[in-house]
Amino acid sequence: MSNTTPGAQQPLLAPPAARPSGPRTAARSHAQTVRGLLIKIALLGIVDAIALFAMFILVMREEWLVFAIAAVVTVIINVIYLRPGWLPAKYLAPGVFFLAVFQIFVVGYSGYIAFTNYGDGHNSTKEDAIESIIANSLTRVPDSPTYRLTVVEQFGTYGFLVTDPDGDTLLGTPEQPLEEVDAEEDSTGKAVSVAGWTSLGFGDLLANQSIVVDLSVPLSDDPNDGALRTPDGSSAYVYTSDLVYDETADTFTDTTGGEVYVDGGDGSFVNEAGRELQPGWKIDVGFENFQRAFTNEDIRGPLLSVTLWTFAFAILSVASTFVLGLFLAIVFNAPHMRGKKIYRVIMVLPYAFPGFLSALVFLGLFNEQFGFFNQVLLGGASIPWLTDPWLAKFSILFVNLWLGFPYMFLICTGALQSIPEELSEAATVDGAKPFAVFRLIKFPLLLVSVAPLLISSFAFNFNNFNLIYMLTGGGPRDIEAGVDAGATDILITLVYKVAFGEGTGRDYGLASAFAILIFLIVATVSIISFRQTKALEELN
Amino acid sequence: MTNPFNTQQGAEIGDRLNPLVAGSGATDRASRAPRTVQTADGRVLPTRRRRSFGRWFADTGWRHLIGVVMLVFAAFPLLYVLSASLNPTGTLVGSNQLFRVVDFSNYVELFQRPQQPYAAWFLNSLVIGLVTAAGTVFLAALAAYAFSRLRFTGRRVGLLTLLLVQMFPQLLGVVAIFLLMSGIGEIFPQVGIGTQSGLILVYLGGALGVNTYLMYGFFNTIPVSIDEAAKLDGASHAQIFFGIVLRLVAPILAVVGLLSFIGTFSEFVIASIMLTDPQTQTLAVGLYQFVSQETSRNWAIFSAGAVLAAIPVMALFLYLQKYIIGGLTAGSVK
Repeated sequence: MSNTTPGAQQPLLAPPAARPSGPRTAARSHAQTVRGLLIKIALLGIVDAIALFAMFILVMREEWLVFAIAAVVTVIINVIYLRPGWLPAKYLAPGVFFLAVFQIFVVGYSGYIAFTNYGDGHNSTKEDAIESIIANSLTRVPDSPTYRLTVVEQFGTYGFLVTDPDGDTLLGTPEQPLEEVDAEEDSTGKAVSVAGWTSLGFGDLLANQSIVVDLSVPLSDDPNDGALRTPDGSSAYVYTSDLVYDETADTFTDTTGGEVYVDGGDGSFVNEAGRELQPGWKIDVGFENFQRAFTNEDIRGPLLSVTLWTFAFAILSVASTFVLGLFLAIVFNAPHMRGKKIYRVIMVLPYAFPGFLSALVFLGLFNEQFGFFNQVLLGGASIPWLTDPWLAKFSILFVNLWLGFPYMFLICTGALQSIPEELSEAATVDGAKPFAVFRLIKFPLLLVSVAPLLISSFAFNFNNFNLIYMLTGGGPRDIEAGVDAGATDILITLVYKVAFGEGTGRDYGLASAFAILIFLIVATVSIISFRQTKALEELN
Repeated sequence: MTNPFNTQQGAEIGDRLNPLVAGSGATDRASRAPRTVQTADGRVLPTRRRRSFGRWFADTGWRHLIGVVMLVFAAFPLLYVLSASLNPTGTLVGSNQLFRVVDFSNYVELFQRPQQPYAAWFLNSLVIGLVTAAGTVFLAALAAYAFSRLRFTGRRVGLLTLLLVQMFPQLLGVVAIFLLMSGIGEIFPQVGIGTQSGLILVYLGGALGVNTYLMYGFFNTIPVSIDEAAKLDGASHAQIFFGIVLRLVAPILAVVGLLSFIGTFSEFVIASIMLTDPQTQTLAVGLYQFVSQETSRNWAIFSAGAVLAAIPVMALFLYLQKYIIGGLTAGSVK
C-alpha cells in the first residue's frame, strides 16, 4: 500500500511555517491530539471487547472456523489502527467490514445456496436429519425399567440427572449422551443434584413443562440404542425408534414393517415405493435449480412470462415517467411564468410521500367494490383494476407514473437549466424553429447528462418490489403455474414468494437461483449501457 | 408578462379558463372582443391588453392549464387519504365522500389497538431510520474521504468494486441474509433474526456503494489546498477530516443522510423477514399487514396512520429539497 500523503514531511515544513501564534496553535493541537488518541483507544477498546466476547462464545460453541475468522479480523483491525501510517485502511476499514459481511458475503452465499436444495425439509446436515428422524419416531419400550429423574439446568441447557435401576447415577443432555457422574443423593438413593448444575424444583418444572417433556437424552453415542424421555419430570423411561439406522449400509429399517429406506441421492431417505422420510438434509445439487428453471415446464413458462413483464414494466416505467417529466420540465421552464414554485412544490409531493404508503393508498383507490375510481369517477362501475391480468398491469404502470414523474421532472429541469442559453439563441438567430432547437440541440445535450440516471432508474424499477408486492401481491395468480407466480409478478417478487411464500413451501435454492439470474440480467444491462454512456471514464 | 396588469390579468385567467376548457374559446373570444374594446375606448392600453391575451395564452397560459391538470393528478391521492383519515365512518366506501365530515376519532383509535401497536411501529421506524442514516453517513464519509484525498494502490479497483457490488442490491440477497441472520441468531441472539440491532447491521452493509459515489464527487469539489494549509498548521489527518472537511461537505452529508433515512423508512423486504414480533416491527411491515388483511374495513384508521407516517418524511424532504435536488443531479450533470 503506497501511501503518498506527505505526512512525513510535516515536521520538516512546520518550523518555517510557524507564525507568531505558532506555540499556542501547537499547544492546542497537541491537546487535541491527546484527546483524539484517547477517543481512538476507547473506541478500539469497545470493538475489542465485543470481539473478545464473540470469540469466547464461539469457543464455547466449538465453531472453530468462525472463531478463526473472527480472530484474524480482530487482529487486522487492531494492526490497522495501532500501527502508524496505512491511512487509507484506517478510513476504509469500518465501511468495508460491513460491506464484506452483509453485501459481499451475502452475494457469495446466495450463489452457494443456488446450488443446493436448501428449503423446507432440507434445512440441515445429514447427521441432524438422521437424529431427528429417530427422535420423531421414538416410542416407549414396553415394560422398560424406570429411571428416577432430576431435571437439571446449566446456562439455559436442560439435562437429565438419573439414577438407573442398578443405582448408578448418570447425567446427560440432548446433545451429550448419558455418562456416569458423582452426584448428591437423598435418603432413598435418588440423585438430586450435581456440581455445576441447578436442579429444577416443582415450580420450575411446571413453568418449563413443554420443554421438559420434549427432551430426549440419548443412552449412548449410537442413536439406535434409544433415549430417555420423561412424561412428568420425575421418572424417565427408555424410548427407542421404530426406524433403526444402519450406519454401515446407510439405511433406515422400519422394525414394524421391515421396509428399508435408502439414501436416494436427493437429500432424503426413500423406500422402494418412493416414500420419503422427513426431514431430509441439505445437499449440493449442482445446476439442478437452474436446470429446473429452464427445463421444467411448470416453472419455465411462468419464469419466462415473469421475466418479460419485468422488462416491460421497467422499460415502460422509465419511458413513461421520463416523457412526462421531460414534458413538464419544458412546460415549466418558462422564465416569465408566475406561480412556478407552487406548481413545483405540489408536483414533487408524490415523490416526497413514502413509496410503500403510495402503493397502499392506491390499493384503496383501485378497490373493485368500494374504491374511489369505480364508485365515484365511474359512477358505480365494477372494473377489476387489480384482479384482471391486463388491467392490473396497466394500474401498476399508472401508479408508477404517479410515483416517478416528479423525479424525472426534477432531473430534467436541472439538466435543461444547465444547458447554456447561448446555444439555443445562436440556433434561433441562424433560423432554427423552436422545435428544431429542442430536438437537435437541447435534447441530445440533456440526454447525455440524464442517461446514467435513466439507467439507474431502470435498475431500480427492475427490482421495484414494494410497488408490485403491496399493490397486487404479484396477482392475479396464474393457477396453472407450478410456482406461485401471477400476472404482475416481477422477478424479485417471485424470489420472495418462492423463498418465503405461504402455501407452496419454502425453496431457498430455487429462489437464490432466480436471484442470481436477476443479478446477471441487471449487471449485463448496466455494464453495456454504462459503457455506452462512458460513465466509467470519470473514474480516474 | 409585465407587472402592472398582474391582478387584473389574474382575475381574467379564471374567467376565461372555463370557456376555453369547454372548447368554445375561439367563438367566445370573438363575441367578447368588441365589448372590451368599447369599454376601453378612450385609451390605447386596454386594446393592447385585449390582443395580448391570445398571445399570453400561447406563451404562458397553456402552461398554467397543464399545471392545474398536474396539480390535480399529483395531489389528489394525497388529499384523498387525508380526507379518509378524517372520516369517522371508517370504511373504504365512506371515504369516497371527500371532506364531508372532519373528525379526529381515527387518530385517537389508531393508538388504542393492542393488536396493531402503531406507536411502537412509529418509534421503531424513526429509531432504525435515524441510526441507519447516521451510521451510513459516517461510514460513507470515511470511505469517500479516503478515495478522494488519499492515493493508494487498489483505489481504482476499489471504486470499481463498489460500482459492481451495487448491482447486486441487498434485496436480491434476501434469502442469504435470512439464513445468515438465523445462523448468527443461534450464536448471538442479541443481533440475530428478530432483533432491530441485527436489522440495522444489515442495512449498514449497504452503506457504501452509491452513497460513497455521491460523496466522492462532492469531496472532490473541495480544494485540496484547504487540507494542505491545515496540515502546515500542524493538524493531524483526523483533525483535518473531522474538523474541516466534514464541515465543508455538510450539504452532501445531509443529502445522503436523508436519502438513507427515507430508504430505510420505506424498506419492506428485509424488515419483513427480520422482524416477526409486532412490537418490534417497522411502519412499512406493520401497516402493510394491517391493511392487506382487511383493506376495506380498516381503511380510515390506516389512512390516519399513513398521514402521520408521511409527515416526518415529507417535512424533511421539503425542508431539504434544495439539497436533495442538487444531490440527485450531482452524479450526472457534474
